[in-house]
Amino acid sequence: MSALTLRNLTKTYANGVEALKGIDLTVERGDFFALLGPNGAGKSTTIGIVSSLVNKTGGEVTILGHSLDRERELAKQKIGVVPQEFNFSQFEKVFDIVVTQAGFYGIPAPLARERAEKYLRKLGLWDKRKNQARSLSGGMKRRLMIARALVHEPELLILDEPTAGVDIELRRSMWDFLIGLNNEGRTIILTTHYLEEAETLCRRIAIIDHGRIVENTDMKSLLEKLQVETFILDLARPVERAPELPGFEVHLRDAGTLEVAVPKTQSLNRLFVALAEQDFEVMSMRNKANRLEELFVRLVEQNLPEQNPQRENAS
Amino acid sequence: MTLHQQWVAFLTIVTKEVRRFLRIWPQTLLPPAITMTLYFVIFGNLVGSRIGEMGGFDYMQYIVPGLIMMSVIQNSYGNVVSSFFSTKFQHSIEEMLVSPMSPFVILSGFVVGGMVRGIMVGGIVTTVSLFFTDLNVQHAWITLLVVAMTSALFALGGFINAIFANNFDDISIIPNFILTPLTYLGGVFYSIDLLSEFWRTVTLVNPIVYMVNAFRYGVLGVSDVNVYASLGAIFAFTVGFFLLALWLLRRGTGIRG
Repeated sequence: MSALTLRNLTKTYANGVEALKGIDLTVERGDFFALLGPNGAGKSTTIGIVSSLVNKTGGEVTILGHSLDRERELAKQKIGVVPQEFNFSQFEKVFDIVVTQAGFYGIPAPLARERAEKYLRKLGLWDKRKNQARSLSGGMKRRLMIARALVHEPELLILDEPTAGVDIELRRSMWDFLIGLNNEGRTIILTTHYLEEAETLCRRIAIIDHGRIVENTDMKSLLEKLQVETFILDLARPVERAPELPGFEVHLRDAGTLEVAVPKTQSLNRLFVALAEQDFEVMSMRNKANRLEELFVRLVEQNLPEQNPQRENAS
Repeated sequence: MTLHQQWVAFLTIVTKEVRRFLRIWPQTLLPPAITMTLYFVIFGNLVGSRIGEMGGFDYMQYIVPGLIMMSVIQNSYGNVVSSFFSTKFQHSIEEMLVSPMSPFVILSGFVVGGMVRGIMVGGIVTTVSLFFTDLNVQHAWITLLVVAMTSALFALGGFINAIFANNFDDISIIPNFILTPLTYLGGVFYSIDLLSEFWRTVTLVNPIVYMVNAFRYGVLGVSDVNVYASLGAIFAFTVGFFLLALWLLRRGTGIRG
């Protein structure tokens, strides 16, 4: 049984915007799944439909074997949602927010309080339990939403950009927490702006663009599709122009830095030999972008002719 | 969800609602007490002493049921319209929409929350009134029934208003421009028998006339209109509003994309 199945999911908003044009997607149980796409591609609409916040126009959603149309209550019991925007009452206390959410799932108060303590402790918010939610920092508010989404112990957890605006240290600790949840057997679906996050955490990935799934595969296979990788090389001595290296595309970023596009067919050894022959000494090197990000940009660029001009940037 | 789980969910919403208006009691419970004290002092004592009797009672006694009912109406409506609109505005409505709670449970929770505030404020106003006059309730069951149904009806009205509201102006238009005039013209301060035949007939279109008079009948034993027809009309409107609100909630009007 799959954790989530979408069949020919469509959504046309009242203003005529066709946000989803027939999405087919299967997420297996236990997966750590990334759903990526540029802004306006249809990610949030898809998540909105799955979490019952948006009415679909057509198609079928099945959550752990329960149809969202025919067995809505059972389907909803199985999922927890961490939305992109803060959506709790800012004036309520942290503990009350989590306990109240448990109540919405019919969990009796003693068990709700026990679960609230468990997840607030796990997410480092127990000391803040008596604070009003509005007094929390951005990172704490994100963790509060995760605690709230887990209080009914769902089998499928959907996180819409859970680490947006969170500092690096906290992001890493949230990654560890999510990996722990996945190791316990929970299926996790994640959307994120940080492609490094998707590459680090997720085993499978789907890319959605213009309301359609344009890629749906495991992370390893996807990364193998990356034909060209771009590296930044810091040179020991400044140069006036970029060297000509057959088989490589080289640009001079500034006097001490080269940007080199390396095709998958070429080895890095060849690059360094060619540079050494022309007396270029390389002190350090790094990827210009995360590999997934590079691939993502290329995939999305393939759709450029029909791209929405209002779209801001890749996510 | 099992029946017990639905009951827990319902109680959760009611508790959340009651906690909300108790937390902000200086905005929710105190103002009606002060306003009604002023009504009793000015209309009941100062003006009322010159008016004399109305409907066989001194003026203070006559207006007390109407003022209690006015408080119940305004507060049950105000509680739900502001609370439900706030959940929309802050998007915390999503907490409920993602859960397996049925629209019936969500609606019932908000309505009962509004009823609790309306009835609590009604109790406060009643207590204040006892400092100014004596009250001997004539028909206790009718009194309780009218309060319960009226508070439910206006809580439902507040809910429907909040569903369609897009901004804070939208939740103040109906209370300010419809509810308040209808209440003041609904026989709170006078017997509609004092009006000319034409205006009396026009007044009978105002539904609040029936609520005020049914409640006055419960407390004082006098009414300008048929009490049982009033009870029937309030009940029919309550059921109608409940079904309308439930249908809107199921459709996701104003809350789902």
